[in-house]
Order: sequence, then structure tokens, then C-alpha cells
Amino acid sequence: MRFVDEFRDADKAHALAARIAALCEPGRQYKLMEVCGGHTHTIYKHGLEDYLPESITLVHGPGCPVCVIPMGRVDDAIHLASQPDVIMTSFGDMMRVPGSNGAFFDANARGTTIKMVYSPLDSLKIALANPDKRVVFMAIGFETTAPSTAMTVLRARAQGIKNFSVFCNHVTIIPAIKAILDSPDLRLDGFIGPGHVSTVIGCRPYEFIARSYGKPVVVAGFEPLDILQSIYMLMLQLHEGRSEVENQYARVVPWNGNPVALKAIGETMELRPYFEWRGLGFISHSALKMREACADFDAELLFDVPGVRVADPKACQCGEVLKGVLKPWECKVFGTACTPETPIGTCMVSPEGACAAYYNYGRLNRQRVPEAISIEPSRP
Amino acid sequence: MTQQLASTPPSRPRRVLPTGEREQQVLDRIERARRRRPKLREERITMSHGAGGKATHTLIEAIFLDAFRNPLLEPLEDAARLPMKGVGEAGGATVALTTDSFVVSPLFFPGGNIGDLAVNGTVNDLAVAGATPMYLSAGFILEEGFPVADLTRIAESMRDAAAAAGVAVVTGDTKVVEKGKADGCYINTAGVGAVAAGVDLGVANARPGDKILVSGPIGDHGVTIMLARGELDIEADVESDTAPLAELVASLLGAVPGVRALRDATRGGVATILNEIAKAADVGVLISENAIPVRDQVRGAAELLGIDPLYVACEGRLVAVVDGDQAAQALAALRAHPLGAQAAIIGEVTAEPVGLVTIKTAFGGTRIVDLLVGDPLPRIC
Repeated sequence: MRFVDEFRDADKAHALAARIAALCEPGRQYKLMEVCGGHTHTIYKHGLEDYLPESITLVHGPGCPVCVIPMGRVDDAIHLASQPDVIMTSFGDMMRVPGSNGAFFDANARGTTIKMVYSPLDSLKIALANPDKRVVFMAIGFETTAPSTAMTVLRARAQGIKNFSVFCNHVTIIPAIKAILDSPDLRLDGFIGPGHVSTVIGCRPYEFIARSYGKPVVVAGFEPLDILQSIYMLMLQLHEGRSEVENQYARVVPWNGNPVALKAIGETMELRPYFEWRGLGFISHSALKMREACADFDAELLFDVPGVRVADPKACQCGEVLKGVLKPWECKVFGTACTPETPIGTCMVSPEGACAAYYNYGRLNRQRVPEAISIEPSRP
Repeated sequence: MTQQLASTPPSRPRRVLPTGEREQQVLDRIERARRRRPKLREERITMSHGAGGKATHTLIEAIFLDAFRNPLLEPLEDAARLPMKGVGEAGGATVALTTDSFVVSPLFFPGGNIGDLAVNGTVNDLAVAGATPMYLSAGFILEEGFPVADLTRIAESMRDAAAAAGVAVVTGDTKVVEKGKADGCYINTAGVGAVAAGVDLGVANARPGDKILVSGPIGDHGVTIMLARGELDIEADVESDTAPLAELVASLLGAVPGVRALRDATRGGVATILNEIAKAADVGVLISENAIPVRDQVRGAAELLGIDPLYVACEGRLVAVVDGDQAAQALAALRAHPLGAQAAIIGEVTAEPVGLVTIKTAFGGTRIVDLLVGDPLPRIC
């Protein structure tokens, strides 16, 4: 299949792996963080770690939109969905994120109507089809999804749709990266930069990482060869003693981002003074809320939102996993009390969560798997 | 959760193990946890319980198996084989019984409708148990206001599908519920078939060295239904693969004595069946992504939607576990039939790692293929 298979070519992967191995200095350990959960997913889904030498460790970062939503916000959303005549819409990933009294799935079993949508624009269709209902879109995600929420609000305003609003939980990636860089627990050698976020914000916002913290950043695409190549580019920078921001995903990411998308965000949303991140606590200027000009579409103003802070379950170590301090399997409840079907923490819910990716794809001792499979490809 | 924590010995001096060993300890602990009897934690039924993945398995084992437990039910095969006085003695045939309900939405879709699906689904459950399908029942739950013309179309499709599969619908039932209490039309079918003497198929029979085959491209039905709902604004030239598999099975069993197990890959897809093999037979299953036949349209749609074709339902494809020495024979037998023309060997049964399905990805890496969690595709059959 074009535009997919060429980025999953095993021969090219072998060649890149050899070049990466050649750049490893004997005795040195390398810790590279892939910021984005989409990368984590690709790494496990394609078994990319099989290509890396033991001295390179990939550390999974905080860039999983579902993972960083605190329990209190899930409870708030279910509270909103429980109001009379409300239909809530949300991305599928959110459906199983646990709040203090179950997830959206459980709330639906108790009587709420929370529908899965693939695009926020689908919420407008639902609003138009149900004029006697109030449709609330549970907006989540980094700068990647914020523009589509913004465009939906702008379209709702242009079309005069009154029964639609947004429960805004959009977050921004840079403060989270900064929190990790300032965290004393972790020593990283470089960053695989988030590709989708960068299509919107561009590469410039990462320059402080290279300049002030001396760490190389390579913005990477989401196919396995993209990631392998970005690891090679990071290793080359480390080998040559450089720390720069480079763009591996130039086929999609413009250096200066997407001005139209940024304008739409700017027109509809503004930074919150602070926002709670699951496991990371409150981070200042790290999230977006609706602007006053869009107050008619702000569910937090239209409805009474309890806004109660709910502490994470004690056993859950999602925060440490999100910061890359713990590997998923090092969490005390990983795979026993916390599994994808009965998640305690968010990292086990989203396919982009490090714990879910490791549990679903990576949970095996590679030495016990036969090296080669003894069938000839017999695909007709 | 608290049980877990409490079961850890409290004050044993901790030895610091190297990372690899510590990780292996965690993996072992997880395997033990997975082997424990599943407990249903939800207070209410959610859509996940109908998705054919882990939650469905838990529901069946915790509620139904617990309530109805008996040796005929316990293997949880697609059809039960019934000992009856006077039947099956002295080397004669035995009786197989199965049932299936259909709630697909939309009722009509490219390649079929709920009617032929309801006949083929039950015919196939019998066929993969090694039975020759013979008689079907049909129960209808209809919503007030449902168009008679649609019901006629559905009944005609059922008639044609039954004729094609060589079965007769010999008994039935009809109920009507108030508007809003059902979604148009639901159908339940049950089927009875005859299993020839000496046929003993079951996923627990799989052993290391066996090969795993699929009878054609996977995922057509699930993707067709998803696109037919029109919610995604994606169009693709793909239609349901709904078809009766009895003839294909008969020709396979006739040509290859070493067939150990057959399953039709419906809800939960091929991945779910492979997991059932690994679990029931205490073996590993290793497959190759490059060997799995998937139509480009299905791969493309699945790629866009972020779902794996391995979990997408088929309604006319079977998975076969065959003695390794007879795999080529089995492949030839499948390919000789029109419904198996694109059959392929996709993997093998291994001694290790026990209970796990692993895949060699096209990219050249290795990963697990686990049971599906959650419900990306509700009401596909």
C-alpha cells in the first residue's frame, strides 16, 4: 500500500540500525525520550526496539492526551453529561478513562448519553439533528486537536448553532516538556519531538531545549522508519557534540508551523493560569480555555461544573511513568491490579499510553520467541 | 487492588535484581494474574461486554459458564456435541448444536443483510465444529413500525442462504416490541448438524509444529459495516464476505486428515481465535504479518481508523490449525474451492511462550497480539 509500506521497509530498517549501532560509544548509555504517545504506540506496535542496541533506552514521555486528563475532569464531564437533555460527544479514547466513579462507558450504562465521534465537527451534526438537546463536546488533546475544536466553534458561531458547547481540556506541550527537563529524577540525552503537535506549532518552540538545556531534538514522523531515522539523527548529533532542533518530518511539519491553525486557536481559546495534569500536578500556563468572545460555547460557563479535585489512586504511578522515571512494568500495580480492561491509571487506557502499549504489544520475553518463523510468505 | 498488594509478602529482604530478571518476574506475575478466574467487576453491562474481546470472555466465564457449567459447555467451542441415546453409537454420527443472535446495524449493507448473515453465521458455527449443517430455527424480534417490505427482503435472503448451505429452516418464533424498545429487527438462529464418526476438532488439540491457515482476506465484513453506517465519510470498494463455509470445510476435512481445529473468525477477528488457541492448548502462536492476506481497501480503512485488521470481524473466513506436515496439502485443498482461493498459511504453533500470540511485523520487529479490549466496532453481526 503506497505511503505506508515504504515507511515500514525492513531492509532499510536493518541498514539504519547498523548505522545507529556504529554511533554508540562503548560503555555509554543513551536515554532518548519520545515525547509523543503516538510514537510510543508505533514503537511497540512494530517491535522497533528489536532494532536498537542495548545501550539505547527509549523513555516514554507525557504526550498522550488521554493520559494527562486528571480524574476530577472526568468526573466533571460525567456530571455535565448527567444534566437534563445533554448529549456529550468525545473521542473514543476517552470512553474508558476512569474517573472516581467509573468511566464514560459506565456512565452510559447508568443512563448518560456520551457518544463517540471521530471529529468534533460530528458534534455539530448531532446538535443540528437534536435541536431540543444540548450537545457538549469533551475536547481533549494537545495543539494537534485544538485547531479542529477551534474550527468547530467558529463554524457553530457562523451557522448560528446555539445548542453546542465545548468542555475544553486542551493542553499545551511545551510546559510539560519543561517540567520534565526541570525534574531532578531524570537524565535524558535527547528528545524525539512530537510530529503531530509540530504540524501546528512548528519547530521553533523547541529551540530552548537545544539552547538552554543542551539537548538535541529531532521532530519525527509516525511510521517506524521515521522514528528509527530520528534516533539516528539524535545519535549523530550526540556523536558530533551538537544540540540542535532538526526536522525529520519535513514532509508534513513546516518549520514555522501552521499559521491558519494557530490563528483559529488564538481566536477561540486562551491560556489558563494553571491546569492540573494527571500525575504531574498543577502546571502554570499549560492548558487552554475558551476565550470570553466564545463564552456562548463554553460549557464551563453554561453549566455548573463542580471542579472538584480528585486525588489519583494511591497505587497508581502514572505520574512517574509519564515523566519517564519509571518504565511501565516497574509500576507496582502494572498488569495485575491495573490492566487495559480494568485500568487504574490513564496510561493503561489510551492506545498511546505507555502502559497500554507495553501491555498490549511489548509484554514478552523476546528470548522465548523463536527467532525466525518457518513459513514462506504464501500470500497469493 | 488491595488483595494484590496484601498478597505480597510483607518484609522479605529485597534482593536487587538486574533489569532483565526484574522484568521477567513482572511478566510471570502478570501471566499468573491472567490465569486467575476472571471476575466481573462492572455493576452494569457496557458495550464492551458484547465486543467479543476480553470483557465478553469475562462475562461468559463469570456469569454463564458459572451458572450452566457442564462438560458439554465447558470447551466453549462454536458448537456443542451432544451425546444422545441411540445416536452416535457403533461408529455412527453425533449431533452438534449451536445458536447465534444478530443485531447488526445497518440491517442492509454491501454484500448482504441481517438475513443471510443469520443463516451463514449459524451454518458456519456448525461447519467449523466438523458438522454437516442440517436444520435451523429462526427467531425474530421486531420493532413496532418495521416495514414489511424489509422483512420480506430479509426472509428471502434467509431462504436463499439456507438453500445455498443445504439447510432447512424448520421452526421459528416471532415477537414484536413497542417502538423504541428494539432497533428494527433482531434475529436469533439455532442450528443442528451431524458430525461424522472420527471427527474431533477443537482448539485444545493444537500442538507445537502445527501450521495456522486463514481461508482468505480478513476484515472485509467489519470494515464494510463500519463504512456502511456512513458516519466516517470514507468510501471504499469493499463488501461483506458473508458466506456459508460448510462446503469448504467438507473439502478440507476430506483432503487432510491432520486438521486439528477450525474456527470462523467473527467478532474479535482472527486475533481472538489465535488467543483462544494459545490459551486452550497451552502453546504459543507465532504469525507473520507479511503472510496475512488483507485487501488494500480494508488495510487502508483500518489504518485511517487506527484499528488492526486482525481484530476486525469476517463472516465467511475460517482459521484452520493443521498438522505441520500437511499444511501444504491443506492450503491446496482450501485454494481449490472458490471461497478459499486466497487462503494463506499465516503462522505456526510453538512450544513457547505459552499462552501468548506473537507476530513478526512487516517492519521486522516482534510484538504481542493480545485479546481485544474495549469496543471499536459495536453491532457488526
